Amino acid sequence: MQMPDPNPAILARKAELVARLREVLPADAVISDPAETRAYECDALTAYKCPPLAVVLPASTQEVAEALRICHEMGVPVVPRGAGTSLAGGALPTADSVILGVARMNAVLETDYDNRFIRVQAGRTNLSVTGAVEEQGFFYAPDPSSQLACAIAGNVAMNSGGAHCLKYGVTTNNLMGVTMVLMDGTVIELGGAHLDAGGYDLLGLICGSEGQLGVVTEACLRILHKPEGARPMLIGFDSNEVAGACVSDIIKAGVLPVAIEFMDRPCIRATEDFAHAGYPDCEALLIVEVEGSEAEIDAQLALIEEIARRHDPVELRQSRSEEESARIWLGRKSAFGAMGQINDYMCLDGTIPVSALPHVLRRIGEMSREFGLDVANVFHAGDGNMHPLILYDANRPGDLERCEAFGAEILKLCVEVGGCLTGEHGVGIEKRDLMRCQYGADDLAAQMDVKDVFDPAWLLNPAKVFPLDASSARRAA
Amino acid sequence: MTPRTEAELAAIIREARAPLRIEGGGTRPIGGPTNGARLSTSAMRGIALYEPGALTLVVGAGTPLAEVEAALAAEGQRLAFEPMDHRGLLGTEGTPTIGGVVAANVSGPRRVQVGACRDFLLGVRFVDGAGRIVRSGGRVMKNVTGYDLAKLMAGSYGTLGVLTEVALKVLPAPQAAASLTLRGLDDTRAIAALARALGSPFEVTGAAHLPGKGETLLRIEGFAESVAYRAGRLRELLAGFGTVTVEDDPEAVAACWRDIRDVAAFHGRAGDVWRLSVKPTDAPGIVAGLGGVEALHDWGGGLIWLLAPEGRGQAIRAAVAARGGHATRVRGTGADAFHPRPAPVAALEAGLRRRFDPRGLFNPGLMDGTREGA
Ligand SMILES: Cc1cc2nc3c(=O)[nH]c(=O)nc-3n(C[C@H](O)[C@H](O)[C@H](O)COP(=O)(O)OP(=O)(O)OC[C@H]3O[C@@H](n4cnc5c(N)ncnc54)[C@H](O)[C@@H]3O)c2cc1C
Repeated sequence: MQMPDPNPAILARKAELVARLREVLPADAVISDPAETRAYECDALTAYKCPPLAVVLPASTQEVAEALRICHEMGVPVVPRGAGTSLAGGALPTADSVILGVARMNAVLETDYDNRFIRVQAGRTNLSVTGAVEEQGFFYAPDPSSQLACAIAGNVAMNSGGAHCLKYGVTTNNLMGVTMVLMDGTVIELGGAHLDAGGYDLLGLICGSEGQLGVVTEACLRILHKPEGARPMLIGFDSNEVAGACVSDIIKAGVLPVAIEFMDRPCIRATEDFAHAGYPDCEALLIVEVEGSEAEIDAQLALIEEIARRHDPVELRQSRSEEESARIWLGRKSAFGAMGQINDYMCLDGTIPVSALPHVLRRIGEMSREFGLDVANVFHAGDGNMHPLILYDANRPGDLERCEAFGAEILKLCVEVGGCLTGEHGVGIEKRDLMRCQYGADDLAAQMDVKDVFDPAWLLNPAKVFPLDASSARRAA
Repeated sequence: MTPRTEAELAAIIREARAPLRIEGGGTRPIGGPTNGARLSTSAMRGIALYEPGALTLVVGAGTPLAEVEAALAAEGQRLAFEPMDHRGLLGTEGTPTIGGVVAANVSGPRRVQVGACRDFLLGVRFVDGAGRIVRSGGRVMKNVTGYDLAKLMAGSYGTLGVLTEVALKVLPAPQAAASLTLRGLDDTRAIAALARALGSPFEVTGAAHLPGKGETLLRIEGFAESVAYRAGRLRELLAGFGTVTVEDDPEAVAACWRDIRDVAAFHGRAGDVWRLSVKPTDAPGIVAGLGGVEALHDWGGGLIWLLAPEGRGQAIRAAVAARGGHATRVRGTGADAFHPRPAPVAALEAGLRRRFDPRGLFNPGLMDGTREGA
């Protein structure tokens, strides 16, 4: 992975930069000791590491603005950071950059049940947003698996999804407004407690922009009342094709499950060894969850069962109780942990049209043999968001490179069948150099034009999203 | 000019030396006056791909909305965001196109529950002011690859590019629907009743208050037994607000919500029409403070339609600005149809416009407010 060379002029001015930051931030909010900055050298894509020049941990929008103004004046790149759980290297520093972490900004600013929103500082963790409203029976819908740790700031930057987004949508569909600081320190408000934009939909534009257009300091989020209940059903099939066809039929029938999760045989086996959830030994397994009152759940599950029966399932289990529900989810929820036990793994997240599922799974199986690396598939089938987990051994020379090459082939395949490189994790550095597989030169230029408008000096979150050679002229300008 | 292909369109734009007025069906003449040669998308039409099992539709921007809706209905599906038909309200004729729906981010009552047009937009193709053919997003449900230019295009009224193709997420049409009506509530009580219903687990897909008729309405949709069950639960929940009557005749329910969607109560009546997006509980105060206007409330109070005499713009804008939100004049004359944005936001919008339409060809003046400070 190529990163731009650090700017020696910036490295040389470290002391001056730190001194200026200390003038506007409390002493403990500016970290410059290399022993301490190392804690920020990577995110969850741990294969890539680089300690930043310094770290700032502001406590308010005002402090963020002051810190950015100084970095802007001195021409220092800034990498915004939430909780550092990005799987794409989105929060990877460069040696000449300042990490701006929003973790200290975690207050709830306003909850309004009549108007169904909550306003929080952006460093608040995803799960604790729901935590703040659940006593009143409400929840915040987007639920990435990392929700215990990840921050709303990162969710907004990555437009993160979760297991329940088939019904409730991803971050952008639940984000009503933000307070954001531009690189030059200007504070802007986009959206709010009302719906839709009055001019251009800049809120929609900044959601998913990977920290490259501004630093989000506050967010206004839509909250919903919890459903009366939810129960899953487990369906096993003896082929991926049939499981894929069943997903399509369920969707067509007009039931809108909150989740349709898919696991293939390698994944089922690994999780069984690890979690002993009692899954059937079959080629493909679906977990379909529906919501509503008891009677509504029964009716929907009956309909799904009827559809599934037409596809000759090898196993079919409707949950009748909390305990059975937990058992059905147990394996799925421990899938990543199970993989981690076996080996190092790389998690991809390309999205494909649901109809291409059987073809893509077959090709991944073939490529797995060609590359000599095992793959397990576990993913959100309802919306085609794949999560192939490629197993490799970080201690074996050449394995990581082989794994990355294999991963790139899988992502190209996703694009080839009409899908995309990333459904929820973001481009970061990981998929930066694959962007040309999905987008032509003009498509990328149009996106980079947006970057030029928001951050003309290209200081915010450098070297992410766009291939370096595609952006070099703009960065130099 | 009526290009048939994206390439023809790009050539026209590259060669253009004077402003262009971008038109789909011409049924939604919203915005400030704009002159220029008419450029119609109507020949770039047709359904390129429709996969009911994947809930995806890819369609030429000039395709009539009715054609799209018919194709979906044949598979028991629909555009869940329920785009309104502006013809009755704006006194226009013509054939609404799907591109026009996206360009104006047109949604209906169901927006409060399922999201706006922009939330269903999976991808776009467009030609920008330099004649570049640009693609953003795609046809899959989840996609965070690069910046979301599709959202930027939705609601930009053709001022950043001419849409040629849009990809949309569609949803199954429900088996049954019902309307619940409360009568005689004042605005504050009505909005409170709607908030109670929207804050319940019963998945309300329409929440409107029509002061003229003295009716406060809710809609629920889904499988028949589920609709009946939720209607019963909502009736209990709202008992404190009065007697709830339930209508479940499909035709009657559809007609009732079509009228709300299309603001039928204001059709053919003199005056300016304003569309206000506000925090729902602010709505009664805004309307009461204005006086001399007639109001309809949708989205649980979050959307106010106002019929107002000419010249009330400043008062309306001030009332909204004091509380947060925005006001668009969708019918009436003048240059300031769109709500002025604060200076730094206006500067970003102007910057985007310079990038995507460097020669200022597309609908100049239409979204004025972009350049104003406030
Ligand atoms: C075990 C595990 C499971 C996961 N499961 C899911 C999942 O189910 N769905 C999913 O979508 N993702 C998932 N992720 C990925 C990750 O959790 C998400 O991308 C998350 O949103 C990142 O949030 P964060 O606060 O950790 O952000 P960080 O990793 O700190 O940063 C992510 C990006 O956001 C930018 N950023 C951070 N703060 C700001 C700010 N204030 N303003 C502007 N930009 C900012 C950063 O520069 C970076 O580009 C998972 C990760 C792990 C490790």
